[in-house]
Amino acid sequence: VVPGVDSAARQLCFEWGPAEMLVCETLFGGRGGEPLDDRCQQSPTPRRFLAGAGEGRPSSSSVFVVRKDQDVYVQTLRKLFNESHGIFVGLQRSEEELAGKSRKAHLVQVSKNYRSVIRACMEDMHQAAVSARDPALHSQYSTQVSILSAMELIWNLCEILFVEAAVAGPLLIRLLDWVRLHVCDVNNMVREVLSSENPSKHELFWNVVDVFVLQGRMDEARHLLSKEASANPTSLTMCRVLDDLMKKMPVPSLGNMQTLTELELKWQHWHEECQRYLQDGTFASNSHMESICKVLLGDENAILEKKELLTTWYHFLVTRLLYCHPTVKPMELRCLKCLSFIMSCYLPPQSSMDLFLGGESSAEPLDIILMAAFEFEIHQVIKECSIALSNWWFVAHLTDLLDHCKLLQSHNLYFGSNMREFLLLEYASGLFSHHSLWQLGVDYFDHCPEYGRVYLELHIERIPLNTEQKALKVLRICEQRQMHEQVRSICKIMAMKALRNNRLGSALSWSIRAKDAAFATLISDRFLKDYCEKGCFSDLDLIDNLGPSMLLSDRLTFLGKYREFHRLYGEKRFSEAAKLLLMLMTAHIAPCSFWMTLLTDALPLLEQKEIIFSAEQTYELMRCLEDLTAGKSDKQKFQDDDVETMKVEMLRLALARNLARVIVKEGTLEGS
Amino acid sequence: MFVARSIAADHRDLIHDVSFDFHGRRMATCSSDQSVKVWDKSENGDWHCTASWKTHSGSVWRVTWAHPEFGQVLASCSFDRTAAVWEEIVGESNDKLRGQSHWVKRTTLVDSRTSVTDVKFAPKHMGLMLATCSADGVVRIYEAPDVMNLSQWSLQHEISCKLSCSCISWNPSSSRAHSPMIAVGSDDNSPNILAKVQIYEYNENTRKYAKAEALMTVTDPVHDIAFAPNLGRSFHILAVATKDVRIFTLKPLRKELTSSGGLTKFEIHIAAQFDNHNSQVWRVSWNITGTVLASSGDDGCVRLWKANYMDNWKCTGILKGNGSPVNGSSQQGVFNASLGSVNTSLQNSLNGSSAGRYFFPPLDSPRAGSRWSSHAQLLPPPPLIEPSCDADPASLQYPHPRRRCVSRPLNLLPENEGV
Repeated sequence: VVPGVDSAARQLCFEWGPAEMLVCETLFGGRGGEPLDDRCQQSPTPRRFLAGAGEGRPSSSSVFVVRKDQDVYVQTLRKLFNESHGIFVGLQRSEEELAGKSRKAHLVQVSKNYRSVIRACMEDMHQAAVSARDPALHSQYSTQVSILSAMELIWNLCEILFVEAAVAGPLLIRLLDWVRLHVCDVNNMVREVLSSENPSKHELFWNVVDVFVLQGRMDEARHLLSKEASANPTSLTMCRVLDDLMKKMPVPSLGNMQTLTELELKWQHWHEECQRYLQDGTFASNSHMESICKVLLGDENAILEKKELLTTWYHFLVTRLLYCHPTVKPMELRCLKCLSFIMSCYLPPQSSMDLFLGGESSAEPLDIILMAAFEFEIHQVIKECSIALSNWWFVAHLTDLLDHCKLLQSHNLYFGSNMREFLLLEYASGLFSHHSLWQLGVDYFDHCPEYGRVYLELHIERIPLNTEQKALKVLRICEQRQMHEQVRSICKIMAMKALRNNRLGSALSWSIRAKDAAFATLISDRFLKDYCEKGCFSDLDLIDNLGPSMLLSDRLTFLGKYREFHRLYGEKRFSEAAKLLLMLMTAHIAPCSFWMTLLTDALPLLEQKEIIFSAEQTYELMRCLEDLTAGKSDKQKFQDDDVETMKVEMLRLALARNLARVIVKEGTLEGS
Repeated sequence: MFVARSIAADHRDLIHDVSFDFHGRRMATCSSDQSVKVWDKSENGDWHCTASWKTHSGSVWRVTWAHPEFGQVLASCSFDRTAAVWEEIVGESNDKLRGQSHWVKRTTLVDSRTSVTDVKFAPKHMGLMLATCSADGVVRIYEAPDVMNLSQWSLQHEISCKLSCSCISWNPSSSRAHSPMIAVGSDDNSPNILAKVQIYEYNENTRKYAKAEALMTVTDPVHDIAFAPNLGRSFHILAVATKDVRIFTLKPLRKELTSSGGLTKFEIHIAAQFDNHNSQVWRVSWNITGTVLASSGDDGCVRLWKANYMDNWKCTGILKGNGSPVNGSSQQGVFNASLGSVNTSLQNSLNGSSAGRYFFPPLDSPRAGSRWSSHAQLLPPPPLIEPSCDADPASLQYPHPRRRCVSRPLNLLPENEGV
C-alpha cells in the first residue's frame, strides 16, 4: 500500500530526549523520493520496493539536535540561577516562622535580594559585553543586559506595588526611587555639565536642572541653580525665588511623621504660592525658569514639553503624580484613565494612530507588563512576562514570591497555587536539562506539592550516570526522598554497567544496594567461576565484609561463606574450616555444580597430618561425593575428561585413608 | 531560545528513525541503507558515530533502546520481515582506542510474514519484553526470561488486529491499578469505517491480551501513536497521528462486580484535535514528563503542543525543516546562518504560555559611562519574531493582544486550535 503521491515532500522524523530533541529529515509511509540534502534527480520509485537498493545513492542526510532552554547554558546566567536558588529555598523555609509585620518586611527583603542578584548578573554581563571582541558575542551579551535590566525594572515595580504594597505617601517616594534607579542617563549629563568650566553656560545645563526637577531631586536642582545665580547676577532674584519654592516643596515622608491631610494642606499652600509667582510674572524673563515653575504646578503641557527628557511614559506618569497628586493611593493608580493616553505620547507616531483606533495594541511587551502592574493585574503581569521573556526564571520566582505574599490566592485559590507550581515545574524542568544545574532543580520540585515528586522521579532517572560519584549523588537525592523505585533502578543500571565492564566487585555492591537478588546471584556465580578459573578471589574486601547483606541471595550467602572457609583455612583453623565446608554441602547452600570444587578443597584437609574430619564427617563427605557422581548418567561420565575421573579417584582414596586413620584414632581414644 | 546543530548522519539512504537512549547520551539511527548507526555524545557535547553495521536485508523502519537496566540493548525492525535484538559488547582495547563499539545480534525474530513496522520495548517494570507489529496485522509480544541471555526470546502473545498495523505504544504506567496495555494503530487505507486504533489490555485471569477498546472516531489511517507518561494520574493520555493530531484521554471505569477480572472499560474523551499540519501526520511523541507533544506531518514541520496549567492544549512552537541546502552537510557544530529558517521558527519556543516570543532588541551600543542605558532604548518597535519566509501564515498567527482572553492568564488559545 503505497500512496505514491507527492514524492518531493520532505518530512521530519524526530525523537525526544531528556534535554534535547532529535530531528531528522525523512519520508514517511515508505514512499519514494530523494534525500533532502542533495537533491539529486532520482526516479521516484517507491522506496519500499527498492529495499536494499541504497547502494549508489550518495545520500547523507543529517540529524539535527535541537536544544531548548538554551538560556540554561549561558555561563553568566549561572550565577543568577545559583544565587536565586538559595533565596528561593530560604523563602520556602522561612514560610512557617514569620507572621504579621515582620513577615512583610522579610518578603520585601527577599524581593530585594532577588533584585540584587539580577543586578549583579547584569553587571557581569555588562563587563562581558564590554570585553567581548567578537561583535556577535558582544550583541548577544548586550541583549542579555537589556533583558536583565527590563526584568529588574518590572520586578522593582512589582515589589513596590505588590510585595511592599506601599501606602499613599510612601508609594510616591518609592515610585520616584524606581524612576531614578532606572533612568540613569541624567548622571552622565550631570557629570558632563559639572565638569565643564562654566556649568551654567553649558548647553545641557537647563536640561539637567529639568531632569532633576522631573525626578523630584530638589536638592540637586537647587545646587545647580545656585551656580546659575552666581554666574548670572541678573537672574539672581529669580533663582532665589525658585530656590525657595523648591526648598519649601512639601514631600511625603517615609517616617510617617505627618498625616496625609496635613501633607495635603501644606501642599495646597505651596501650590498657591507657586501659582502666585507664576501669575505675577516673576519668571517671565526666563523661559527655563518659567517652565520649571509650571512643572512644579503640575501643568501637564509643561511636563509634556520635556518629553525628551522623561524618555519613558512611566517616568512621565510618576512626575505627573509628584506634582499633581503626591498623595496618590495604590488603588487610585488603577483608575488612572490617562494611562493609555500617557503611553501614547511615548510611542512612535504611527502607532499612536493605532492607539486611537483600538487600545494599546502597538505597545511593547515591556509597556504592557508595566501597565498591567500599575493596574494591579497580577495575572496579566505574569502572563505577559512569560510571553516576553526567554526563560522561566523570572516568572517562576516572581510568581512564587507573590504567592508567598498571599496575592494569588486572593484572586483564585485553585488557579493561584496551580500557576505557581506550573511555572516552577517548567523552570525546574529546564534546569534539569543542564548537566550540573539539575541539582538546583531538585529543590524546586520539592516545593511543588502536586506534581513535583512525579516530575522529579521522571527527570532524575534520566540524569546520565557517567561516573560513580554522580550516581552516588543522584542516589542520595533519591534516598532522601524515599524514591525506592528510582534507587533500585539506578543501582541496577550501575550494576549492569559494572558487570559489562567486568568490574565484578562494583557490580556486586551495586546490586546489593539495589537489593536485586537475581542479579546478585548472577554476579556471585561469576565470582565463583572466576575463582574456579584463576584460583583466587578478586575484591576480597567486599566479600569479607558482606555482613547481613549476604542473605540477599543463596548464592551470595554461599560466596560469602566459601570465602570464610578460605580465610579459616588460611588462618590454619582447619577443623572449623572443615566443618564449614561440610555444612555448605549438607545444608545445600552450595550449588551442586560447585560441589566438586568443594570436595577438591577438602583434599588438602584430608591429607593433613593431624586428623581433621571426624568419622561421621568423613561419611558425610563420602555421601556427598557419591551423590555427585551418581547424579551423573553414564553418558555424562563418558564425556568427563580424565582429569575429572582422576579427581574422583583421588578423593575416594583420600577419604578412605582419612576414614581409616580416624577410625583408628577414635577407637584408641575410646579405648583409653 | 533554541539552538539546532547538525550531525552528518552519513547514511547512504533515507533515515527512517532516530532514537535517544534513556539518558540522552547515545542515539541510534536507522535507514533504508539497511544499517543502524549508534552515536555517542562526548564530554564536550559532540556526537560521534561509534558503531555502524548492517542490520537487515531491507529498509530498517525503527530502532529503539531498551532501558539501561538491561544493559546496552537495541531492537530494530525492517521490511525484511524480521525484528532483531542487538547488544553491545564491551570492546577489546583495540576497539576502544578507535572509539568504536561492537554490537552483536542476539536474536532475530522471524515470526512475521510481512514487513515489521514497529518495535517497542515494554516498560521496564514488566521485565525485558518487546512488542512488534507487522503489516499483516499481527502484534507479537516477546519476552527474554533471562535478562543475561538475550539470545532467548519466547513469543508470549500473538494478537491479531485484522488490520495492517503501523505502530504500537505501551502504556508506561507502572501503577498496580493498571494492567499492561498496548495501543495499536493501523494505516489501512481501504475505504472502511473500522476503528484504526485498538487498545489491548492484559487480563490476569486468562493471561492473554484482549481488546479493551477501539477508538471508533478514528477511521482514517493512523501512522503513529503514543501514550503519555502517566504522572500518577488515574487516566491515560494517548496521542494519535492520523490526518490530524488527536489527543485522547482514557479514563478507566470501575470494573463491574459481575465481570470481576474482566476487561476494563474506558470512558474515552478527545482532549484536543489539531489540523494545523493541514495534511497527514506521521509522528507523535511526548517529552519525558508528558507535558509537550511533538508531531510532524507532510508539511515538513514539527509542531509542539503543550497544555497550560488549566489543561488547554495549544501550539507552542514549530520546527521547520531547512529548505536551503546545507553547505558541506557533513560539517559539525552550530550553524545558525545556514539553518536560518529552522532557527527563526525555533524561536517560537517550547514555552507553554507563549505562542511567540519576543526578545528585547539589543542595545545599540553601550554608551560610554552609561551603564545600563535607559529603557528608552528598549522601546523602539521590536520585530515581533520575523516569520520565516516560507512559514504558512496560519501557523504563525500570533494572538493579538487585543484578542487575548484577559480573564484567563497564560492561556492564549489561538483561534481554531482548541476543542
